[in-house]
This record gives sequence, structure tokens and C-alpha cells, in this order.
Amino acid sequence: MTGGEIVRPRSLRSERLRAAGRSATLIIGLAILIFWVTCALFGSRIAPLNPYADNLLATLAPPSFAHWFGTDQLGRDIFSRVIVGARDILTVAPLATLLGTVLGTALGLFVGYYRGVVDDVVSRVIEAVQALPLVIVALMALAAVGTSNLTVVIVIGFVFTPLIARTVRSAVLIENSLDYVAAAHLRGEGALYIMFVEILPNVLPLLLVEGTVRFGYAIFFVASLSFIGFGIQPPSADWGLAISENYSLIGSYWWTVIFDALATASLVVGVNLAADGIQGVLQA
Amino acid sequence: MRSSGDAPVDSALAIENLDVAFRVRGRDRPVLRRLSLRIGRGESYGLVGESGSGKSTAALAAVRYLPRNGRVTGGRILVDGRDLMTLSNAKLRELRTQSVSMVYQDPGRALNPTLRIGRQMTEVFEAAAGLTCAAALERAADMLAKVRISNPARVMANYPHELSGGMQQRVIIAMALSTEPALLILDEPTTGLDATVEAKVLDLIARLRADLSTSILFISHSLPVIARMCDRVGILYAGELVEEGPASIVFDKPRHPYTVGLLRCAPRYGQRKHDGRLTTIPGFPPLPGACVDCCIFTDRCVLSTDLCRQQTPAPVDLGGRSSRCHYTELVPDMPYDDANALPVATGPMRGDRPVLRTRHLSKTYQVRGKSLHAVHDVTLDLWPGETLGLVGESGSGKSSIAKLLLGLESPDAGSSIELEGTALPARAIRRSRAQLKALQIVFQNPGSALNASHSVRRLIGRGLRQAGLRGEECEESLQAWARAVRLSGQHLQEKPRALSGGLKQRVAIARAFAGGPKIVVCDEPTSALDVSVQAAILNLLVELQADQQVSYIFISHDLRVVYYLADRIAVLYLGRLVEIGSAESVFIGPHHPYTEALLSANPSLVDGEQPVIRLEGEIPSESDLPAGCVFQTRCPRKIGHICEQQEPALIEVEHRHSIRCHIPFEELKALQLKGSATGNAPGPS
Repeated sequence: MTGGEIVRPRSLRSERLRAAGRSATLIIGLAILIFWVTCALFGSRIAPLNPYADNLLATLAPPSFAHWFGTDQLGRDIFSRVIVGARDILTVAPLATLLGTVLGTALGLFVGYYRGVVDDVVSRVIEAVQALPLVIVALMALAAVGTSNLTVVIVIGFVFTPLIARTVRSAVLIENSLDYVAAAHLRGEGALYIMFVEILPNVLPLLLVEGTVRFGYAIFFVASLSFIGFGIQPPSADWGLAISENYSLIGSYWWTVIFDALATASLVVGVNLAADGIQGVLQA
Repeated sequence: MRSSGDAPVDSALAIENLDVAFRVRGRDRPVLRRLSLRIGRGESYGLVGESGSGKSTAALAAVRYLPRNGRVTGGRILVDGRDLMTLSNAKLRELRTQSVSMVYQDPGRALNPTLRIGRQMTEVFEAAAGLTCAAALERAADMLAKVRISNPARVMANYPHELSGGMQQRVIIAMALSTEPALLILDEPTTGLDATVEAKVLDLIARLRADLSTSILFISHSLPVIARMCDRVGILYAGELVEEGPASIVFDKPRHPYTVGLLRCAPRYGQRKHDGRLTTIPGFPPLPGACVDCCIFTDRCVLSTDLCRQQTPAPVDLGGRSSRCHYTELVPDMPYDDANALPVATGPMRGDRPVLRTRHLSKTYQVRGKSLHAVHDVTLDLWPGETLGLVGESGSGKSSIAKLLLGLESPDAGSSIELEGTALPARAIRRSRAQLKALQIVFQNPGSALNASHSVRRLIGRGLRQAGLRGEECEESLQAWARAVRLSGQHLQEKPRALSGGLKQRVAIARAFAGGPKIVVCDEPTSALDVSVQAAILNLLVELQADQQVSYIFISHDLRVVYYLADRIAVLYLGRLVEIGSAESVFIGPHHPYTEALLSANPSLVDGEQPVIRLEGEIPSESDLPAGCVFQTRCPRKIGHICEQQEPALIEVEHRHSIRCHIPFEELKALQLKGSATGNAPGPS
């Protein structure tokens, strides 16, 4: 339509910041995320009681004034443990996401830029990987290399790489067909320059959305691995681990499981809200 | 036919003092202000304006179909005597199905891709007239026959994608007319079509007008199209109607400075770069409603005085026409810009050898097992400092040739491209830096040609760095180029998003020239721009050529623009060179029958003396070329079997003028002279 739009030249960044300020989804998502990040950073100072101190006189106590969320089998304060439990998952999940994003972006740029045989082969491999149940793949890999926070980061990072590569590849294919890439070729630019200086900045917004969505999955992934014993290891107060230790008690002692589950859920929801919000802002 | 329509009840459409605003970021921004116009029964009214002037908004308001953030803030709209603003939703819907029809620019998007044409057409009858399926099918076939579709049954069984653009637009016009509306709104109905197809669609609309009593609101950015199609015309500028009156009079003797500017900035028929620069309208259109108590055009007007900045001019009645200007009496004597002649590279400098030559350049694509001949056996020379125009419809291979020359595609075996006597490697990657520097391009769409993430400084500067400039030297050169293409220092900091289309194209031009090229390929550099911006870009290209002594390969579908700029013109049809020669000899003739048809199809403000020639049928597919001469299926001057059996050779018929046709040159000359003679004479009864 020729008449409808009013284009006001204003810098993209300031416009996006304004849009971000108006996005309720983004603000709520970020608020939840910031809350848990604060817990992860300063958990031991925020927690009212020592999360690791057992008290055999008060095991499995229901929620009360003394213990807001009750106590677990060893009499440890669950409220304090939930707060401190944010630390490991908020270390492992972001690092895993970052690793997957960096590797996936590089791979996606390469196959999207060169296309041809490389693309055909890599794309088929990516499709094959996507057909596998990822948790099982990660489980086997961790069983082989041994479990630690570092190996969890690496394994999840590698599992995510093809997924992100696929998204980046399709965006690069579109960018590659635009005239500015042809203009770069005609200036005699090298392949690396075109990939990383010309094309990459234009797929960054997409990457930001994709990365945030993956971060949500990563949290879920780490929690699942911890639950089956291949993720974060004791004595951490990690939520997945806590659920795993206590889930057999859920019938009579629901508080030992429910608060950790809620914490995990709220973090995943928060990250997904943020991802939605970012997407909305970038598309506006 | 012409009715000034004094009584409001007898108007198909009456718009009175219409204000429309769009809500953008929480604030109402005016888009149309005090728009008043009236279309009498059977009258055709043209609304002209550049992008952003509010043409489409006016059309949408006329059926009360504004986007959700738009609303009418004042005034009345009467369709067929009924006030649109007071109608209930049900009545409004009835009015939209019965009394008004719209045809949009892109026919491909107006048709439902999942339904056959027949189904889509009968839907109209079943919904609007309550006909049974069988009766509706019959009516649909009738309507398709009315829009000169020769085989309605076959077309009705087709899906939209199986039809060409021209055919799709016919179907849409048939659908729009099927309810016999009182008012037909055509919003840029031919803008996406090729010239020869556009000409036929316009012919059709003109003929339908004669048959039906429908009134037409014709919206277009193209003055020649409006001049041809409309009785009366309104010129819209930044949401205000600045001039209105009978089309022939307004275009002949404009009385508003903006109309004058618009008319002067497109090259006149037969105008050449040697004749002087094109008139431009300085500055940029303001946002609608930018000034409350002043003339909206004052910032760009040469006649502007303090009065214009302090008082909004009321429409001045000039007897059957009106102009919103304080100085209507001064307008006819407005000075021309083109007195200051352009520094033209005086004729092509014939060096001792061509700067670029192609020999038997061909490109065949393999698509699903079929061979697609995009370019076939093109042999061209480009001399230093000259402009070679490439002309042809879409699919003629213009852009493919550009890609081959630049090395963005590799040609078939047996093709050769030479740059100053040395063979060029096929692909850009294999070319040396000097060879790359020598050949640059200005793309059609500056939006996609400029990297949105880079600042203007970087976009131009990178080319300079690649050319080996560093530090101070690089910065100086950057500033010089910014000045040369008239970009301010402020613009250098911006990203392309913040620039208008014309400014973006200037950046792209600066980038192409920054490395010091010998040849610049201009691939439709102005077709995405408004006419007032186009003129400035064309002037710039001519200046830069004289200054830098580059050669241009100028691709365009607009023959007047090509004729203005080019020293020589090559006409392409289905990847083949059908005619090449000096601009005069190609343009004035005698020419190839295809060139003749192309020229005839280009609408011109002045009714030319050429006979009307229309091509029948569709452009054949590149994968299924006709035997013999590729043009024989559509050629109005086909002479017989020889055309079907033997491909004619490109023969030099005069000095530096070659034509690929079986008809002997002398005969062609006689035919085309005779043609224009009968075209002038009153037809035999």
C-alpha cells in the first residue's frame, strides 16, 4: 500500500528499545529470569537458613513459619534449597546454549553460504540427528565420557548445534540471494568476510530469538538429565536432582517435590516469555 | 461521456472534505486532508500521486475499508448517493458487493491460489446475485468473454498460477465488473505488468468503459497512463489534492507548481541527454499534515513566498478546474531547470577498441530436465564512454546478460567476454581485483542492494579500502563521493533504513563508482523510485559519466528513459538480440517489428503519431521456443512460412544498425511508414 505507512526515520535500536519497554511479555519474562539469576548469584546470602545443614529432628516437616516450604528427608530447609538450587542449572544451561549457538551459527553460515555438496551432506546429517531422541543421545554420550557440569555443557551444546545450524542456514540462504551479497562479491571480498561481516549481522536478530528459545529447552534438558542422575550431581541443591531424590515421597510429603518443580517450571516459562517478547519486539 | 457532476445525488462517488488519520505509536497522524472529489456517472477519474501521497488510502476510504489503525476523522463519503459513514455493517457489506468493486496492483495476490478460476468467479455471482451454480458458471464464462479471454472454459478450469500476469488481471477485472458496479476502483492495475501487456489491459479497460456505464476511480503514479485513461484528474500531494481538472487540460496547461514539476521531471518523448538536464523537484515530500497554516508544497516550490508559509491556499476555481496555489497565474511561466545543460560525455568516445565485447554469449539453465534458454548468442561491443541501453520485456534476458557480464553467473561453453581485449574469467571469484573493479553494478532495488546492518560510511568506504585507499586519502575520497552523489555528512552516519529510496540509490551509485570502474551496469536503477526522484538519479548518472568517463549498460523497460540516456540501444526478445543500433535509428525506425510494438505500447503523454500495434498472445516459454524466428508467434508483420522455418540472422541494415528479421529493410521501411500514414488518416468506414 502506498499511502498507509508513515515512515519516521529513527534509529532502529532506539525504536526497538521503546518497543521492548512496551512489551508486557518481555518484561514479565525478564523479571522472572532476573529473579532466578539473582538467586543463583547471591543464593547463599538470600537463603534464610543453611541449605546444606541437616536436622534429623525435623525431617519431612510440612511447610510452617520456621520452614516456609517444609523440610526434606534430612531435615534441610527446602525454601533455602530452592533458592540456592538455581545456581547450577543457571550455569550449565546458558553455557550449553552459548556453545550450541556459536557452533550452530558457524556451521549454518558455512553450509548456507557454500550450499552444494557440503550443504546436502550436512543437511542430511542434521535431519538424521533430529530424528533421534535427544535425551537418549545425551544420556549415552554422558555415560561414555562421565558426568560433570562441564561434560553436560559440552554434550548439550553439541546436541543443539545441528538444530541451530538449520535455522541459521535457512536465514543465510535468504540473505545470500540479496543483491548486497552480490555487491560484496563484485568488490572482491573473501568468503569469511561475506559470511561474518556482511551476512551475520543481518541474521543476529533471528539468532537472538533462536538462542533464547534454545535456552528454555536447555533448562528443561539439564533438569531432565539431573532427574535421571546424569546431570548435576549431589550434593548440589539442584531442582532436578531434588525432585529425583524425593519423587517417591510425593504421595504423603508433596512439599519435597512441588516447590522444586514449580521453580523449574517458572524459569522455563520466564525464558519462553522473554523469547516471545524478543520476537515481538524484533518483528514490530 | 464527460459530466462535471454538479448534483451530489448524481455522483457515483462524492468525497467531501475527507480527513483520514492513522494511529501510529499512540498518536493520530493525518494521511489525507480536506480531500474533496466527485466522480460523475460513467466518468473516469484519475488520482495521481507519488508513493506516500495517500492515493491508496483514498481508495480504501472510498469503500470504508481502512486498515485497523486508520479512521475517518472528518468529512463525508457518498457512494451512489449513500453516506458510507452512516451505513450499518450489513448495508456496508451489501454496498461493497453490489455497488463498488476494486482491482489491486498485484493480481497474483488478489486471487486465491487454491481455487480454480471458475470457482472464484461463480462465488461472486452466488454471493451477490444469488444465482444457482449452473447459472453462475454461465455468467462467469460470459464475463470472461467480455474481457476478451478467447477460451473461457479453459481459463475457468485453471488455477491462478497457471495464468500469466496479464491474464490474471483480466480475470480480476471480469470479477470486479461481474456485479455491474456503479463504481470501479482501479489501484495501479497495470503497474506490475510488462509494457505490451499493460497496453492491452488498458485497451480493455477503455473498451469496457465504452460498453458499460461504470464510473472509474483510477489510481496511478504514471501520468501517461492517467492521461490516456481518464476524463478528469486529481493530483495528490502529501495527502492533499493540489490540482484537479479535465485530464487533457491539466496535463497540457498545469496550474500548480507540483503538477508542473511532475510533468517536467520525466523525460519528454524524444528528449535526449544532450538536450539538457531533467527538471527535478528539490527536497522530499513532507509528512501529510506537516504544516497547518502553510502550503504543503512550499518547501519544494520555486514560487514560494512568505504568504505560502503563512497561509494555506484555498482551491482556486479556474473554470472547471481548480488549483490549491496562491500564485496560479505565475505557474505557466515557471522557469525550466534544463536551461543549465548537463555536462554530457560528448558522444561516445570511440577508442581504438571496445572496452567490453561479448561473443556468442549464451546462458542455458537446466530446470527439471528442460533447457531454459535465458540468453542466446548475444554478440555486443561496448565502447569507452558510451551508454548502451538494453530494452525488452521481462524474460527477455536483460538481467541475465548483466549477471553474465559481472560474473555472477557463468555462461555456456563457447561464450566469451573480453575486457579491453583480454578474456574475462567466467566467474567473479576467478577474476582479478582489477577486473572486478572495472565492472560494477547499480541494482534495481536499493533496499536489498545495501547491507542493512552497515552505515552509509561503511558501505561506500569499504569499496574505497578495497581499491587500496587508506587513512586520510580514504576519508577524503569518501567525502568527495558523498558530495558527488549529494549526500550530507549526516547521511554518512545513517544506516540505509533511515534513508528514502532515492537516497539509498545514491549510496548504491557512490559505491559502484568508488572503486573507479570502467563499466557500470545499471539494472533498472530508477524503476523502484518515484518520477521526481528518478530525474535526479538520471541527471546524476549523466554527470558522473561525463566526469569519470565510464561506459554504461543501462537496462530499463521504460523506453523514454533509455532514449534519454543511451547512445546505442539493443532490443532483446527471449534472450536474443533482435535489433541493435544507435538510439536514433532504433527509436525512430525503421525498426524490428518487436521494437515497433514495444514503442507503441509505451504510453506517452502526447498522443504520438504511431499506429497502435498490439502483440497477440503470450511470450512463449524459454524452455519451449517456437521454431524459426522466436517472435513469429506474436509478430504482427509475419510474412509467411519462412518465419516459421528459419531463424533470421542479425543483419546490418544501415551503418551501425542491425535487425534480426526476414523482412527486407526497404520493405520494413515502406511498411512502417505506410503504417504511420494510415494511423494518422481517419479510418475507412
